[in-house]
Amino acid sequence: MIAGAFHRAMALSVSGKIGLALMLFWLLIALFGPMLAPYPVGAFVAYDVFDGSSAAHWLGSDYLGRDVLSRLLSGARYTVGLAAAAAMLASAAGTALALTAAVGGPKIDEPLSRFMDMLISIPSKIFSLVLVAAFGSSLPLLLLIAAITYVPGNYRIARALAVNLAQMDYVQVAKTRGEGRFHIATAEILPNMIHPLLADFGLRFVFIVLLLSGLSFLGLGVQPPDADLGSLVRENISGLGEGALAIIAPAVAIATLTVGVNLLIDALPGRSKGR
Amino acid sequence: MTAMAHVEVNNLTVTARNAAGETFPIVSGIDFALKRGEVLALIGESGSGKTTIALTLLGHARPGATIAAGSIRVGDADLRALDAKGLAHLRGNRIAYIAQSAAAAFNPSRTIMDQVVEPALVHGLMSRATAEAKAVELFGALALPFPDTIGARYPHQLSGGQLQRLMAAMALITDPELVILDEPTTALDVTTQIEVLRAFKAVVLERGATAIYVSHDLAVVAQMADQIVVLNQGRIREAGAAAQILHSPADDYTRTLMAAARPAIRPTPRQADLPAAPLLEIRGVTAGYGRIGKDGQPRVPVLRDINLTIERGATLGVIGESGSGKSTIARLVAGLLPPASGQVLLDGEPLPPGLAGRSREQFRRVQLVFQNADTALNPAHSVGRILERPLAFYHGLTGNAAHMRVLELMDLIRLPRNLIDRNVGGLSGGQKQRVNLARALAADPQLILCDEVTSALDTVVGAAILDLMAELRRELGIATMFISHDISTVRAICDDILVLYSGTMVETGPRAAFQTSPFHPYTDLLIGSVPEMRAGWLEESHAGRAPPPVGAASDHPDLCRFLPRCAVRVDGLCNITPPPRHPLAKGSRILCHHGDEGLIPS
Repeated sequence: MIAGAFHRAMALSVSGKIGLALMLFWLLIALFGPMLAPYPVGAFVAYDVFDGSSAAHWLGSDYLGRDVLSRLLSGARYTVGLAAAAAMLASAAGTALALTAAVGGPKIDEPLSRFMDMLISIPSKIFSLVLVAAFGSSLPLLLLIAAITYVPGNYRIARALAVNLAQMDYVQVAKTRGEGRFHIATAEILPNMIHPLLADFGLRFVFIVLLLSGLSFLGLGVQPPDADLGSLVRENISGLGEGALAIIAPAVAIATLTVGVNLLIDALPGRSKGR
Repeated sequence: MTAMAHVEVNNLTVTARNAAGETFPIVSGIDFALKRGEVLALIGESGSGKTTIALTLLGHARPGATIAAGSIRVGDADLRALDAKGLAHLRGNRIAYIAQSAAAAFNPSRTIMDQVVEPALVHGLMSRATAEAKAVELFGALALPFPDTIGARYPHQLSGGQLQRLMAAMALITDPELVILDEPTTALDVTTQIEVLRAFKAVVLERGATAIYVSHDLAVVAQMADQIVVLNQGRIREAGAAAQILHSPADDYTRTLMAAARPAIRPTPRQADLPAAPLLEIRGVTAGYGRIGKDGQPRVPVLRDINLTIERGATLGVIGESGSGKSTIARLVAGLLPPASGQVLLDGEPLPPGLAGRSREQFRRVQLVFQNADTALNPAHSVGRILERPLAFYHGLTGNAAHMRVLELMDLIRLPRNLIDRNVGGLSGGQKQRVNLARALAADPQLILCDEVTSALDTVVGAAILDLMAELRRELGIATMFISHDISTVRAICDDILVLYSGTMVETGPRAAFQTSPFHPYTDLLIGSVPEMRAGWLEESHAGRAPPPVGAASDHPDLCRFLPRCAVRVDGLCNITPPPRHPLAKGSRILCHHGDEGLIPS
């Protein structure tokens, strides 16, 4: 199993390998980051704010004199975990509904699609503000908000793919074999739309990282003293003028994470590669 | 000879690079020469390199391929010595190209005239007014309807055969020194092909153009070519004058091609132990697409009043041109399209009209095999998985038992056992079609609906599939509905034949009745349009000639649908009253006013 995975990783293109390395790196940070952090998350440990790199504080200090490295290592798990979980939830729900619509005929397709159009018309920020105001900010709520916001987008793409695939001859053959809708959706249609859906997943992942960062920026996301990568950028925004490491480091972290995920997904062998 | 040759290709080699970065030749050692005004045919199966060679005469190699060695000379131009600018000056000017699919080669958002005169304008050869006048003259020469106004139309308003001729006009507008025709009639119905061939031949002869005609069809080539080059796997197998290749081929491969082009008769004796009751019966079926109106007719009617029966173990051939509704019959029996009225009976019991309500047993007994194995097999599945599914679904076979049965099936269709784990993308066209067939056989059906199963295949591969089907029928006693546009194949393998025109049955009868004239005028047109493998057939054939004039048609809905194209139509009868269905002496029933004496004897 591991040998097989390694073999497949070796077959990836150079950009794919870079993407895989970046993603594995962030996965490890998310898992073990808090253990590696040299200082507690909320501790004021430096005398200067927006300090540069030093032996004691590798990535300097933030606007309150906390250790940026420790905050980064602890914050990564919120961004990676929350965004990945929300993106998976959104993609799974969107794709499942899309397949239902594609094999269910117009009687299911129409109401479902109109409902999704309605969801898509609600501005995501306002939607989040209302929910956070009503229920108070918590991690499960943030997960749910991010997932619900991105279901309609995934649904639209997955439905467009599935409706096209449902017209293919092999689906017609399966119908005349007497196959049920569940088999047609999962065995005949789904395997042929995985690759574009993965690309879509990468896109949603990036959007969700941005949405969570935006919510944190408004103070509605992950609550202090904890912080996700977006919050780290937000709270240190005043250091932007002096080019402080405290703002560059989390920004680079978000960039490498999202770029890594997308590089890997684009390099996955798809049908276009003629496999 | 060499000194006076107009086009000369010497020792041409084209190489391609595979995914692993290795370079290998796709065509090699190609030599030929032709004089001004001659037509040379490149003939071979798909993958033989014929299009690759044709493209090198434009100085072009497809992405991934390079012209590695040899010389290509057209007139005084050495194509290998020219740079991109020099080649651009030749292309569409002194050398013109006519592609296989004219429908895809025209820009749908511009008028025909704009596109036809474009080569002349791009190369600055004449003024727009002169070019348009010349285009209209060419439209006339190509026997296009309304030559003065057809240029103002858009591509979607014209038929495939018309577009193919317009593309010839586009190629000829610059009076090129060399015209390359790449399978220009392959995508057309035979009845259209004959018209297009006539038009091509007329302009090629009249203008003395030098041409290279690429085709897989020897009979078509026989009408056009002075010289024939037979290709196989990138090498020349045989080259020579057309008459010599057609009448005394020296190479074994050429003989195989010739044999495959003439389908051998494969009559199958019906198995004696089968009961005589019909297996499938279609009674008075009308079907189509869209909502069913008050008169019981669907909005877009496709089939009208279809009646047919298939005996156990028998083969019924359904033929007609594209759009005649032949695939719709298969969809109807399979349950994909419920009929608007009428009944489908399997073994005497009515089948539920749509998919809903059919039992698994009813599904199992009727299997549909689609034309295009590329789209009929799920690209995400392996051969093994595709064949195991019906076994598990209908017979509850799983695990080792299913695996053994899959291997048995693969032996039955002569597919190497080691392909079992291969994804269908890695199979050749013929292998895919075999898997497609094996999936239907896995259900252990009583009736297989074969929709144009050999049309997308090369003749040699298609002939092998037909042999296989005949053998399976003999051994397994499965009844077949064989849907095809190719009357010679149908006449060779089917017990009974049904000719469909525009959704109505125009002639039905046993095979024997289709071996002798007279035929229904449409059947006659179909048979007469199949090219024969001899020079001069095109001039002699009476098919596709202009029909006699008739007055305006009455608005009776059941009027003969073939009226606008019928060669023996009678003014005052055919355009006023609907035709009766009546038997002919030879044993078939036709839908026509004429009896035995009024039809064309041939």
